Parts: sequence; C-alpha cells; structure tokens
Amino acid sequence: MTGAMNWWGSRWSGFGFLLLLVLLWEAAGRYGWVHKLFFPPATTILASFFQIVASGEVLGHVGVSIWRAGLGYGLAALVAITLGVLMGYWRVVYESLEIVVELLRAIPPPAVIPVAIVFLGIGDQMKVFIILFSCAFPILVNTMDGVRSVDPVLVRTARTFGLGQGALLWKVVLPAASPFIMTGLRIALAIALILVVISEMVGATSGIGYFILDAQRSFRIPQMYAGMLVLALLGYALNRCFLVADARLMAWHKGLTARQR
Amino acid sequence: MLDVGELRKEFQPLSGQPVVALGSVSFRVGSGQFVSIVGPSGCGKSTLLQCIAGLSRPSAGRVLLHGREVTGPPEGLILLFQEYNKSLMAWRSVLRNVRFGLENRAGMSRVEMDAEARRYLELVGLTGFEAHYPWELSGGMQQRVAIARALVRRPEVMLMDEPFGSLDALTRIELEDALLRLWESLRATILFVTHDIEEAVYLSDRVYVLSCRPAQVIEEIEVKLERPRSQLATREDPRFIQARHHIFELISKEMAKG
Repeated sequence: MTGAMNWWGSRWSGFGFLLLLVLLWEAAGRYGWVHKLFFPPATTILASFFQIVASGEVLGHVGVSIWRAGLGYGLAALVAITLGVLMGYWRVVYESLEIVVELLRAIPPPAVIPVAIVFLGIGDQMKVFIILFSCAFPILVNTMDGVRSVDPVLVRTARTFGLGQGALLWKVVLPAASPFIMTGLRIALAIALILVVISEMVGATSGIGYFILDAQRSFRIPQMYAGMLVLALLGYALNRCFLVADARLMAWHKGLTARQR
Repeated sequence: MLDVGELRKEFQPLSGQPVVALGSVSFRVGSGQFVSIVGPSGCGKSTLLQCIAGLSRPSAGRVLLHGREVTGPPEGLILLFQEYNKSLMAWRSVLRNVRFGLENRAGMSRVEMDAEARRYLELVGLTGFEAHYPWELSGGMQQRVAIARALVRRPEVMLMDEPFGSLDALTRIELEDALLRLWESLRATILFVTHDIEEAVYLSDRVYVLSCRPAQVIEEIEVKLERPRSQLATREDPRFIQARHHIFELISKEMAKG
C-alpha cells in the first residue's frame, strides 16, 4: 500500500508533464495548428486505441509479436550465454571465434533481413532468426566480460573443493558473472522489440509492426498512432517486468555494491 | 603425511629470463601437526601453497600426500585464501556458502548437508547468521564462514594462505585462538603461511623459515611451548621470545640480502 503511494508520489510531476503534452497534442489537432489528418487529436487516437483493444483486433497482433520476439530472445539467450561462458573461460575458444563474432556483430541486423528472406522465406522463421541474430551479440559480449571478471581466487577456491570443469562453470562462474549477463539481457530486450517491428514491416501479414504499417498504408492514421501507443505500453511493461525480476534475482549484487560504495 | 620434496617453480614472463619463484623447497608435515611457513614478502609463499594444493604444477620436485603424488587438487586437502571477500560466494547465504563445501559429496541429502553446515557454523561461533549474506558480515566473521566451509569437508590437511593478514589486530587474536581450538578438537593438520613471525610461533608446533627468491627453507624451528596456548602467558614465555628473536634475525638477514 505505502509502496504504491510512494510510486505515485514520486512520479506525479512526470505524469503532470505527460498530461500537458497530451493536452498540447489535443489542442494542436483540434485548433488546426497542424494538419488534422496527419496529427489527429489525442482523444481521437485514444478512442481508436480503446476500439482496437476492445475489439481484440490488436491483441492478436501483439500476441504474435510477443511470441516471435520471445522465441528469438530466448534462443539468443541460450546460445549467447553458453558461447559467452565458453569464450570467456577458455582462451582458445575466444581466439578462434573472436574475429568471426566481431565481424558479424558489426553488421546492422536489418541488413541481414534480405539474406534471411532468401533462406527462410518471409514467415516466422525469418523473424525469429533476425531477432536471435540481433539479440545474441549484446548478451554474448556481456557474458564474456562477466566471465573474465570472475576473480581467480574464487575459481581456485572452487577447484580446491574438488569441482570439475562443468560444476565450476555452472555453480561458480555463471552466478558470479550473472550481473553482467543481466545487463546484456536487458539491452537485448529493447533490441528484440525493435527488430520484431522492423521484420514485421518487411514481410508479414500479422504482428504489431504489420498492423502499424498497414494502418498507414490504408490511411487509418488514428490506428497507426494507436499501434505506436500499444508498442510504447508494451515496451514499458516489459522493461518493468525485467526490472522487477532483476531486483529479485540480483538482490545480492545490489546489496553487495551498495556496501562497497 | 605431507611431503614436499625439492619443489621448484619457474615462471616465464612475457619477455626476459624466467623468474625462479621457488628454488628447491623441501619439508614435511606430520599428521595432526600445526606447521607454519614464514618468509620475507614476495618470496613465493603463495606459489608454494598453490603447488601443494595441486592448483599449479611445479617445474620440478614433487608433493606427496600419504605417499601419493599430487597432480591436481587432492581430496582431503583444502586451500584457504586471505581474501575471504573474494573466496566466498556473494550470491549465497552464509549457510549455503558452508553447504557448498559438501555439495559435490556423493550420498548426502540436502537436509543432511544443511545440518552439517549448521553444526560447523556453530563451531565457528556464527549461529544466528545462517540467512545473512557474507558481505553483510565483518571481515573476521567472513573469514570464519570460509573456515567453516573448509572444515565441513573434514579435510585431513588445511593449507592457509595468510588467512588473517587483512584483519585488524584484535580480530586477528580472536581468530588465532578460535583456529587453535578448532584444530585441537577436530585433529586436523594445518600448514599455515604468514608473514607475521609472532603469529607463526604462537600457533605452531614447527616453523619453517624461507629465504628470499628463489625460495628455499633456511631453517626449521621446533616450538616447544605447552598447549593450550594463551595470548598473554605464551607470548611472555622466554622460549617464545627467544624463538621470535631468532626468526626475526633470520628474516632480517634475508631481507638485507634481497
């Protein structure tokens, strides 16, 4: 109860500013300061937003987008954390893979879309692959840094307790590197959202990215803005969920760094 | 039980001549003994312990535990580091840190491990702190957790690398006595590295003095002081003062050379 009160209490100025912007937008559309067709008043956009949510039209698209982004993100996490641990821990693996990783990482992911279309078509596989490709690198690089930063004393301690390589990586190196891995996962979350939208604008008949582009092409301008509002809320909600999970899982790390300060 | 024979360790720096950390170090530790190693700083004491613990391969010579050559971390031997804040797992509670010592033991249920961990936490005087994280505790308490985690495995030999080196003087005294009590009640064998001459004499049955790099044993000193030892009476005993005096002279001479 008090927690919720504090949350609102510390943010009222932020919500006030948001309200001010919405009112300005409303006035700009209503009084013809801008072209009414391209900048419909805020109330029109909100009405459209409630209409597409209530009719369930947009929920299907959002569901598809979340599914694609989630699958790509999850696969990226699996691949990149595994590879990052191996690359961070064994120098030979790092030296063998570094150049390839650095080259692939330098490619802006949208540039991979044409290639992905050639091999995977324009279906879900292509989109999941693009998301996987783009999310993998921030997770990989952060995992690698995290593993390298694990103190040698900790590794030696684990070895003196008779841990084999597998148990050492799983029980000691991975948790010790987890704060870095979480940073990578958080960056990748934003990227997943960007790339799901881009890939749905290139070739799709479903998903929130398709919905926005389709609304624009068929001149349903309020719906186009409403779609963006959906994305804003979705991104905000995902980030908050991530922060809540992070605060729980990494409570030890926050306590530790607070002590060291 | 622990035989260190003509141990030599060289490091190859990125450029230049190889650095000889250990020249030829030989000594023995009998079962149940408390043996210390002192030497000038930078003489390779930590390197020596890493070789004995099987974490680092010697360039020549060998380490025998119960007559078997040490080629990797042996069962029944634990190395305890000075840096408790790095050796403890910050993401685990105190209880789960101690339980870690048992987790790769076959045939023990989690309940049994926890019971054992609690027992050892009690032995080091940390009952009531099970749910805390290590970083919530003072330095002395953290090192107690590390000691409990090592002892819960019931090691035959415990190697300690300047374990009290970063603690304040009073905490240090407290932990010295706590360690002696544990050693006596658990009948463990301890090889203790320190740069504190008084600490070495106070704790040990025998003290080995190392030379400057490349390290070798320059003298073996038997400490024939009665146990249990006492911070005041033992440290005021003429034999204690004599031993301290002698070791101090040896090390001063070494440091003047190096």
